[in-house]
Amino acid sequence: MNFSVALDLFPLLSGLLAATTCALLGNFLVLRKLSLMGDAISHSVLPGLVAAFVLAGSRNSGVMFLGAAAAGVFTAVLVEIIKKLGRVEPGAAMGVAFSVLFALGVLLIEQFARQVDLDADCVLHGQLEGLVWYGHPETWRDAFTPQSLAGVPREIWTQLGMLAGAALFVGVLFKELRIAAFDAGLATALGINASAMHFALMVVVAAATVASFEAVGSILVIAMLICPAATARLLTDRLATQVWLSLAAAVLSTVAGYTGASAIPALFNLPAVSAAGSMTVASGVLLVVAIVAAPRYGVIARVLHRRSLARRVLIDDLLGVLFRQREAGEPESSIQELAAAMPGRAVPEAVTLATQAGLVSRAGARVALTEPGIERGVDIIRRHRLWEHYLVERAGFRPDHVHDPAEVLEHLETSPPEGPVADPHGREIPSPPASS
Amino acid sequence: MNPGTSITEVLEILTFRSGFNTTVVIGGTALLGLAAGVVGVFALLRKRSLLADAVSHATLPGIAIAFLTAGLLGMEPRSLPVLLLGAAISGLAGTGAIHLIVHHSRLREDAAIGIVLSVFFGLGIVLLSYIQSEAATGSAGLNAFIYGQAATMRTADVLLMGAIAAVSIALPAVLHKELALVCFNADFARVDGWPVARLDLVIVALIVLVTVAGLQAVGLLMVVALLIIPPAAARFWTERLWVLLVLSGFVGAASGYAGAAISAAFPNRPAGAVIVLTAGFFFAVSMFAAPRRGIAAALIRRARLRLRIVCDHVVEAMHDAGVDELARTDFADLIGNLGWSPRLVAPVRLVLAQQRLARPRPGGGLSLTEAGRARGRRVSRNHALWTRYLITHADIAPSHVDWSVDQVEHALSAELIARLEADLAANPAARPEPRAAKKASA
Repeated sequence: MNFSVALDLFPLLSGLLAATTCALLGNFLVLRKLSLMGDAISHSVLPGLVAAFVLAGSRNSGVMFLGAAAAGVFTAVLVEIIKKLGRVEPGAAMGVAFSVLFALGVLLIEQFARQVDLDADCVLHGQLEGLVWYGHPETWRDAFTPQSLAGVPREIWTQLGMLAGAALFVGVLFKELRIAAFDAGLATALGINASAMHFALMVVVAAATVASFEAVGSILVIAMLICPAATARLLTDRLATQVWLSLAAAVLSTVAGYTGASAIPALFNLPAVSAAGSMTVASGVLLVVAIVAAPRYGVIARVLHRRSLARRVLIDDLLGVLFRQREAGEPESSIQELAAAMPGRAVPEAVTLATQAGLVSRAGARVALTEPGIERGVDIIRRHRLWEHYLVERAGFRPDHVHDPAEVLEHLETSPPEGPVADPHGREIPSPPASS
Repeated sequence: MNPGTSITEVLEILTFRSGFNTTVVIGGTALLGLAAGVVGVFALLRKRSLLADAVSHATLPGIAIAFLTAGLLGMEPRSLPVLLLGAAISGLAGTGAIHLIVHHSRLREDAAIGIVLSVFFGLGIVLLSYIQSEAATGSAGLNAFIYGQAATMRTADVLLMGAIAAVSIALPAVLHKELALVCFNADFARVDGWPVARLDLVIVALIVLVTVAGLQAVGLLMVVALLIIPPAAARFWTERLWVLLVLSGFVGAASGYAGAAISAAFPNRPAGAVIVLTAGFFFAVSMFAAPRRGIAAALIRRARLRLRIVCDHVVEAMHDAGVDELARTDFADLIGNLGWSPRLVAPVRLVLAQQRLARPRPGGGLSLTEAGRARGRRVSRNHALWTRYLITHADIAPSHVDWSVDQVEHALSAELIARLEADLAANPAARPEPRAAKKASA
């Protein structure tokens, strides 16, 4: 696509500002299970907007911002009241509050349709494509002349101020927000007023919603409050890292969405589609990628992890069987014997894997433990018998009921507590291998 | 008020006498409200209310895709059944996506709902913006699904909506017992061998049905309110499922009726908004005035309890101090010493007199009756028993006990009293100081 300073710069910048502001705050919403508060607030600012519009009589007014922000805060308070005083389930309380306020807004718009140059559609979709730089500079050097700056749309200044405000809020109160997000009880015990933090966060979210939606529409606001933070949450366990990653995800989905809105339809000779909608979809696509491919919490990673765990358990069980037969005076076993001792398990695969790992040696159909195999076998059997001892002595199991649970416990990474030299069945508990 | 509409005209509409089409629309919307109220109960009890929000937003791309597909296949693109089918499919896909996110990632349901809601709706906006730019096909009809246009519905559309609504009332009627079981104790239902996952799917399918039915009349942004608000309002009034279903259905139907009728009478009152606000009015009234769970009832309960506690403290203090009569100033001082507001002086005197615990004396004082003295004895004894209980059974330090006693003194079981009395008889030194003396010294 051809980037035009006049037509593309501010829509893209506005999208970036909205996305980063919302993503920054969204981290704390997602952690506190308040994801849908953004949804609720962005619906219910509508009556505040219309009321402010009617009272102030103009659209270019800070009054409108105040009205919408007040409606946003009112929503948060109303949800709390319905939840606490009415003992209504949180989800339903939120649904009642925002749908009634939104309906009120729609009714007010219809009522004052002639006075209000505003419709619910522009709240929903925004007017991203309308952010044109009139009198834009020809070169970068001219970009900061008063003449060029005068052509910068008001929305951009509002959004810049909002991003600075949100960054200041999160930067200054990061520690308090973090404690309140993870453990409200601890926060209160430490003298941090968790409910004050909650309302402060709601105020900032309401302000961010209002500052952003005029340009990008409330759907993109809702998406950016949740999707980038959710994406980052799948990639890390550290909050500070998560915040930075969420900002990166927000930038990535904005740029991809904006480019894609005109570039992808152009491939099929079609006109460009809604940029705000396309950014929303991009943030969703990025999230799906994270759900599938995140290094630790992704679907692929977990499937792989489960598979390697299953292989380890299979090898360990094979070594256990071989070690027991060795104790019984049979240093070698045939595949058939092993299959009989491990019913329903993939014995040939286990033997192949263990041979590759150098834990068993094969001669024809005969399988025997190698030196490292014996060492690992000692460890498995030792764990198994110590767990059996533990189950009988500490957990009150009957001796003839402990084998099956011990078969599971022996694979845990946690070591069993030390015990005597014989297990509940009178068999010797081997000493740990000298090397460990 | 719209000056063009006379009172008689409004009355005609409200009483179904203003022409066949209007009547059909009002009746259909009321039926929709009834269905939403009934289905919403199960969503509320299963704590799935906001799922409806995701479903309704998720219908938008389905509507757009159905519109485009129908156009490509040479069918009439604005045919309602086709559009509603598309809406239902993408609504179900949305709930499927929520299910997948919750079960295959570490994200929780609230995040999953928000994600599906915004991303699906964003996709819908992308598709709509494409449709709008293709001026030839025209898309004026599609915007009606976002905000609803009850007044312009045709009879055939209303019949389709009514049929879907009827199905979503009939299904819970048939599966009433199973759905109730899943709502109240899903774990028990699972252990008992009921197909909980499939029953949950039935609830989700019902939510999708009602949402789809309401798209044209109420619009997808507000149909969720019909599923959430009536059951939440009805929940204030009852603890019984069938009463809840009836009340919620009634609130839904009344809201649908009022919304459709008012929007038929006044052209600039969109039906969706009026329906939601009517339901919201029912909710506000219920939350305030419901007999047991309402705010007013809770306030009255709390005020009564407080008065009872003050009265008990007064007779106890008089019993402990051995006085039967108090002059007005002494009575006011006593209330103050006990740590209560002087505003309570007059009400306490009134309540004591009403319960025949004390006789008011001229000049604002009072004197205890025989019943009042007996009550004072009992409260004093309970106080001692609680003190004993908290020190011996609850490990509370003797110096901290009195504050706790004031909280619990007024709820005591007979069995516990007997045990504590025996305890106290064995160890009389554990008696607390008399109340008035201690407060006065503090």
